[in-house]
Amino acid sequence: MSTVRISDDALAAALGAEELVAAFEKAGCTVERVSSWGMQWLEPLVEIDGMGFGPARPEDVAAILDGTSTKAIGLITEHPFIKGQQRLTFARAGKTRPLSLEDYQASGGWTALTRSRAMDRADVVAEVIESGLRGRGGAGFPAGIKWRTVMEAAGDEKYVVCNADEGDSGTFADRMLMEGDPFQLIEGMAIAAHAVGAGQGYIYVRSEYPHAIAKLEAAIALAHQHIAPFQLEVRVGAGAYVCGEETSLLNSLEGKRGEVRAKPPLPALEGLFGKPTVVNNVLTLAAIPHIMAEGGSGLYAQLGIDRSKGTMPIQLAGNIKHGGLYETAFGINLDRLINEIGGGTASGRPVKAVQVGGPLGAYIPPSQFHLPFDYEAYTAADALIGHGGVTVFDESADMGAMARFAFQFCAAESCGKCTPCRIGSTRGVELIDRIRTGGKVHADAVETLPQMHNARKAGRTREEELALLDDLMEAMQFGSLCALGGFTPYPVRSALKHWPEDFGE
Amino acid sequence: METSELDAIIARHKDRKGALLPMLHDVQHAFGCIDAQAERAIAEALNLSRAEVHGMVSFYHDFTPAHDPRPVVELCRAEACKARGVEALVPAAEAAAGERVNLKEVYCLGLCSMGPSARIHGKLYAGLDEAELVKLVRTA
Repeated sequence: MSTVRISDDALAAALGAEELVAAFEKAGCTVERVSSWGMQWLEPLVEIDGMGFGPARPEDVAAILDGTSTKAIGLITEHPFIKGQQRLTFARAGKTRPLSLEDYQASGGWTALTRSRAMDRADVVAEVIESGLRGRGGAGFPAGIKWRTVMEAAGDEKYVVCNADEGDSGTFADRMLMEGDPFQLIEGMAIAAHAVGAGQGYIYVRSEYPHAIAKLEAAIALAHQHIAPFQLEVRVGAGAYVCGEETSLLNSLEGKRGEVRAKPPLPALEGLFGKPTVVNNVLTLAAIPHIMAEGGSGLYAQLGIDRSKGTMPIQLAGNIKHGGLYETAFGINLDRLINEIGGGTASGRPVKAVQVGGPLGAYIPPSQFHLPFDYEAYTAADALIGHGGVTVFDESADMGAMARFAFQFCAAESCGKCTPCRIGSTRGVELIDRIRTGGKVHADAVETLPQMHNARKAGRTREEELALLDDLMEAMQFGSLCALGGFTPYPVRSALKHWPEDFGE
Repeated sequence: METSELDAIIARHKDRKGALLPMLHDVQHAFGCIDAQAERAIAEALNLSRAEVHGMVSFYHDFTPAHDPRPVVELCRAEACKARGVEALVPAAEAAAGERVNLKEVYCLGLCSMGPSARIHGKLYAGLDEAELVKLVRTA
């Protein structure tokens, strides 16, 4: 009997993959645990001789084995969701066993590291610059330029840090990569270490990803001789969203509160333990082995549009019928992503809004779905690509409540170092509440105290509250130390602009 | 708190770079909290003030100063799960939890295309409806 392949990804497990594996084994099958194809609405997805069945439940096993299952989707590689993609970073997704060195090597693993180590470090950096790769964590800073800064920095001790603190709601590409192809990330980090002259690396993973942590630790132990003398260690975060910001991540790694540091100095010059440090996102580092393969940087630079080069693993999430991982060259628009590829909403109701780029990203209305997926085009439209998460909301969404949540989330996760973020977020929640109920009728107890000479003694109209909110957001956007406070106005402003009816009156 | 186990954890991490974070994780895992006694011992071992250690405990959501013996159900309440209707399930889940279960909100378990999702005793659940969630809370 042929081998049954089922993903061991955390999402597949959450949808019952373990029970399904047990059922197949009970039926006498050999089950091979592979990475996920990323067609998440079909998880747990069963693959037998290239043919797919999903979402499969233990009671479907008999029908799948005798060929009568109604859950057959045909050849997986021919499925439109897979066929339309251009997978580079996720080239192995669904195809290899995550912790098999044999599979990794057979699919081109370690060739880029071998090639890079035979090259002069400046030439490696030059190729990364030439590829046009930009940081996939959100800021979109050219990766090669960052590497060059660290390479040229003085000092015998340098570090490579992988930011795997993927806290944005609507994103899961880092998780899938770490769980599905951990060796690729390790190889990317080893190449970065060679290029900048670092001997030690850390992967900072959020504690909400125990599957990824276990996979990475096992993979590092297995890959030890391939990456030596480079030393690599996993460090686990402790539930603070703000530690996805690179300087607070470095503080956390050092054993301090995850408070943001003022820049300059740049982490590239004074980073971890005060030493020159490369901090890159999982997807940035995982793209490196492809780029550093023979001719890879040129191929990468040909993909995409304008200054957004290569491919982006886009994550289709929220209320979407066909959610999952869709890696494609930059330039694709939301209409195709959501209505064609994603099949519209899961609820079947019309799409109301889409949040691109996680909790700090703008809400985009269907009238702007023509925007090409491109860093500059999004910036020009007061939106951001961030980490490539696309969260879909149907018409039942209350955008006033979502705007309020943006402030509430910022208040819960603020590190507290800068005032606009720490206090502005709480004042923002109060303001939205008041705007939604028509404004502030009376001055409050503090405002009426005799010593509050400058406070106004009358209430405020809704229009005056809106002006105050605008003022507050300007202070947060331009006065915050990092993107948490600085970008929280994006979801709020976009919600106010496109759905004013959700804010009362 | 068992002093020998605490000492063993401290000894295991003491000489690592950035030892405090992994040390606190192990203490939290072993004892279910990081109390004043543990803070003092850790501060002493790492040549820090107790305030510096306490600052870590109070900053990170994963660390707690006192042990809570109740079972924990972590329910994702972030945007993607909200888009899939998690808020409508909350009242029923809260009623089922009562005082017996610690129903905690988390911001994102990374299962964003198939929410609402939850984590209970390390096991993940996705695509929950009200009946399934209530059942999970009751049996937690």
